Amino acid sequence: MALGVGLTVMVMSISGVVTKSLERNGNVGYNLIIGSKGSSTQLVFNSVYYLSSPVENLKYSYFLEFLPGNGRQEQFAKLGGNLKDPERSGKYAMFTSNGFVIPMCLGDYVGRFRAVATTPDFFNLLKHGDRNEDPYTFREGRNFVEESPEHSFFEAVLGSEVATEMGLKIGDTIQASHGASGDFVHEQGFTIVGILNATGTPNDRAAFINMEGFYLLEDHAAPERDEESGLEKRVTKGDPSKAAEDSPAVMVGARKRLPIDKREVTAILLRSDFAMGMQKQINKTPSAQAVSPIQEIASLLQMFIQPIQWALLTLTLLVCVVSAVSILVSIYNSMSERTRDIAVMRALGASRDTVLIVILFEACIIAIVGGAIGWIGGHALAAWASPLVEARTGVKLSFFSIHYPNELWIIPSLILAGILAGIIPALVAYRTDVSKSL
Amino acid sequence: MLLLEDVRKSYPQPTGGSVPILDIPKLEIRAGEQMVLRGDSGSGKTTLLQIISGITRADSGKVLFDGTDLTKLSESARDRFRAVKMGYVFQTFNLLPAFTALENVRLGMTFGRGKYRLDRAKSLLSQVGLDDRMHYRPSMLSVGQQQRVAVARALANQPRLLLADEPTANVDPSNQQKIIDLLKEVCSKESTALLMVTHSDSISQQFDRVEYLDKINTVLTSEVRS
Repeated sequence: MALGVGLTVMVMSISGVVTKSLERNGNVGYNLIIGSKGSSTQLVFNSVYYLSSPVENLKYSYFLEFLPGNGRQEQFAKLGGNLKDPERSGKYAMFTSNGFVIPMCLGDYVGRFRAVATTPDFFNLLKHGDRNEDPYTFREGRNFVEESPEHSFFEAVLGSEVATEMGLKIGDTIQASHGASGDFVHEQGFTIVGILNATGTPNDRAAFINMEGFYLLEDHAAPERDEESGLEKRVTKGDPSKAAEDSPAVMVGARKRLPIDKREVTAILLRSDFAMGMQKQINKTPSAQAVSPIQEIASLLQMFIQPIQWALLTLTLLVCVVSAVSILVSIYNSMSERTRDIAVMRALGASRDTVLIVILFEACIIAIVGGAIGWIGGHALAAWASPLVEARTGVKLSFFSIHYPNELWIIPSLILAGILAGIIPALVAYRTDVSKSL
Repeated sequence: MLLLEDVRKSYPQPTGGSVPILDIPKLEIRAGEQMVLRGDSGSGKTTLLQIISGITRADSGKVLFDGTDLTKLSESARDRFRAVKMGYVFQTFNLLPAFTALENVRLGMTFGRGKYRLDRAKSLLSQVGLDDRMHYRPSMLSVGQQQRVAVARALANQPRLLLADEPTANVDPSNQQKIIDLLKEVCSKESTALLMVTHSDSISQQFDRVEYLDKINTVLTSEVRS
């Protein structure tokens, strides 16, 4: 019974951690993720958890549809390239006036960790934590800036786990590689200017690089596409050592920048008071989709996590049933040895009901004591694993992390198991013939 | 205090029918009286004690205890009546092995008036000379000491009648007399009537009243023995 209840508590703890972790990481401070058409789950996995392969990209001009007229003009003046009617307000700008939009480019890796190319707003505007009120803070250093005198566009911030595992510190340089295989490493490095404090979010396991610098890396310009089919044109790659010379980046002011029409984004993180309306509107368009991370995670929990939880709980309940049967067998086997004791009790004045209750009580005590040992063991294990779980998920566990109301069901379940296990031996005791047994 | 009238009991046979074992027209025990019941093996002595105590119900007749007819009571009512009014000392002591001497005495109180009177339990053990063995389990006590605990347990609820079924049968001769003296003494002190089954002539001689089951039971001895 101790094993059964211990396993039940562990399953509840694990599923509690998984659910809480998914929910708290889904509560990311933005209410929509916009990406190209495709799997909504993949978009959430990719943009929130940095898992799965990246979805197709959106044109940068699409991102500019979320900016007001002055923002578009500013971007056009800064980046150059082709943009129709830069002075007009973006199609969705009116919905984002009280919120923000943050672009994100994915696809590169630093070691085994995802490289997330974004803007400094990622850490300036987003928050984390259970109530989504905690700003990102730095263990060392600072947030990267779009352009700095000493590192130009090539600054990076590391998640706490990346810095710890890779042994990186402020001032070190990281080089992003194309894809998880790491076969092609970009020559241009990014200088680490900040290391985040642990947040318990997937951001602990990502390296954040300045998007402006990301665009200047080899092969990061949008590919040429056939105007009719929209498919990428096949191009023969030149000498990698001359990639910088082949780059489509152009001089804008004192720096080379990738022009607007050569830029793409993987996802746009958006916070708006009108998210529902926007989502419907965006999803009607042929090229993009808008996904609510909270909704997506809720449906993910319902579709995948909860059935697994139920399967595990069913298994542990089976262990409890086997334990109850073993209690039944052990008490039943002891009945023949105890017939005389029961007869003595009856002769001393105990009624049949009394001996029935005594045996049921004994079975319940065995079940409850076993369950209590299992409960303590399960929670002790959870408390022991707490530092590791907290570091990986940000979810704190303690000995008294009780999962209401599910764990409360353990008590009546144990009593019921005890009664079911004890009822047959109790009836044997009830039917004991005193005159024959003394 | 106790009056048996026309009490009959028979046991069913595996082959069908039944064998009569008791037919007692009348037996009376007065309050505080101490008496011995004698009879051959198989003559129904233990059955008679079990009928008096309510463990077994008579087929017919009356068992009046302080005016209450036990044959009219339900089984649970008889259990309760027995716990409050009667004490039982068995031939084989029947102490619960997992309990200490004190706990065995207190167990007797559990089913009686439902009160744990620790002082009385200790006092009883003290009366039977086991002051220093109260917390010993039965396996740590001698046979004589175990029977003393059984006597103390039987008296736990201050019963009106103590039934003792060959209490000295398993006790060595040197302890037999001590047990008898103890039973007579504590029953006198507690004003408890004593009905003791024994085969011993020497023990019988120490009691004013001796009843022979062969005489009070009208069932033919030959039938019983068969």
